[in-house]
Amino acid sequence: MKVTKQEYSNMTDKASPGSKTVRNCIRAFLVGGFICTIGQLLFELYSYTGLETTDARSAVSVTLVGIAAVLTAFGVYDKIGKFGGAGSLVPITGFSNSVVSPAIEFKSEGHIMGIGAKMFVIAGPVLVFAITASIVYGVVVFLFHLY
Amino acid sequence: MAQRLGRYTLKMEHMPSIQGYAAVCGKKEGEGPLGKQFDYIYEDTTLGESSWEKAESRLQTDAVNRALQKAGVTASDIDYIFAGDLLNQCTSSTFGLRSLSIPFLGQYGACSTMAQTLAMSAILVETGAARRCVAVTSSHFCSAERQFRFPLEYGGQRTPTAQWTVTGSGAAVVGNTGNSPYISAVTVGRITDLGIKDANNMGAAMAPAAYSTLTDFLKDTGTSSSDYDLIVTGDLGEVGSTLLKELLQKDGIDISKNHADCGLLIYDREKQDVHAGGSGCGCAGSVLCSYLLNRLKSGELKNILFMATGALMSTTSSQQGESIPGIAHLIHLKSSL
Repeated sequence: MKVTKQEYSNMTDKASPGSKTVRNCIRAFLVGGFICTIGQLLFELYSYTGLETTDARSAVSVTLVGIAAVLTAFGVYDKIGKFGGAGSLVPITGFSNSVVSPAIEFKSEGHIMGIGAKMFVIAGPVLVFAITASIVYGVVVFLFHLY
Repeated sequence: MAQRLGRYTLKMEHMPSIQGYAAVCGKKEGEGPLGKQFDYIYEDTTLGESSWEKAESRLQTDAVNRALQKAGVTASDIDYIFAGDLLNQCTSSTFGLRSLSIPFLGQYGACSTMAQTLAMSAILVETGAARRCVAVTSSHFCSAERQFRFPLEYGGQRTPTAQWTVTGSGAAVVGNTGNSPYISAVTVGRITDLGIKDANNMGAAMAPAAYSTLTDFLKDTGTSSSDYDLIVTGDLGEVGSTLLKELLQKDGIDISKNHADCGLLIYDREKQDVHAGGSGCGCAGSVLCSYLLNRLKSGELKNILFMATGALMSTTSSQQGESIPGIAHLIHLKSSL
């Protein structure tokens, strides 16, 4: 082989098409914004029906998670994800999709070791680091007596 | 008896015949440019089974049975079956073929498995160790996604260099007598690794292996790339094919006029949204055992080099940051003795 690893790496970079960053960013902005707008509409609706602000917020989360779970089950959410990228990944609906999709996929391995064990195979790391970050934040807040 | 040519190539003096062959595919492959070439297209990718793994096993069972039927033989006429697939412990092969009661040797060469099983069959038939062997491989998009990537319903984006695993299986019956096509030579490839780590760019990882096997073969046989009607790689896709041509160009070898890639033949890349092309054992397997062997049998192609390529990584090795070793085995096929 006349080519070194470094030369081949450069050749590969040249031959490999990159992601369409600008297009993907615009789509993510639109899809993410649309999901958040639905969230806001739901919040207004729940507030209008008399829920307290904190309860209305929880109800919005529950509703969005539920809608995303149903859309995942019907094979729609993966298409939204393919189009919207981070726009549908970052909101809470993306979290719902990442839990429901392995639950569907690994059902064939049984309810306990399949659905139970594999359900958080994608969302697991998100939970670990989100909880860790919130603990660190809590400690920082406590130490500096921000309250 | 097989004659060793140069350092890496085995020349088949008696030229084993491919007595029968068959390819079965899923719906997406059926809708591709080669749709009419396949023996059977399953409109339902579950094949009516309860799991993707069972569906893939069924693909192999069906491909082998069809190939046996077309060769006019039964399972009891086969001395050995060489089979492999992409799933852990090659269960598509073992589960799919367990009822056939043929002496079985499982093979793992990732996506190069079709060439590997064909090479093993040809060598055993050529040496007289077997009268008739079967070579078979399969892959299934859904079982592969589940093992190597994400659940099907997960809403993610694939990179432009990613390839689409073919749902399909190809099987060939190799015997010591029979008609065209014939296996003229075999070159077993060496593991080649130029440091590519991106599991979403397997074409780039495998191209150096295809380069080394092809140049070994041409050197061993003293032939030039233009002596062949077609040089077919397994699943380099768009990126890998470009890189292979560039690597060969540095040696003054030009295959731009007679190169084809099974991963680019099987899908319409633009319309079918498969990014860089098809991949998987079933890609090279099903394209060989339909389109390519059909054209050799009809005499439209006379002299081709079939080179299935494999990326020899696992999900563990990728997560541990290892680079991807590639492999390519070459089969020289002819339409006449």
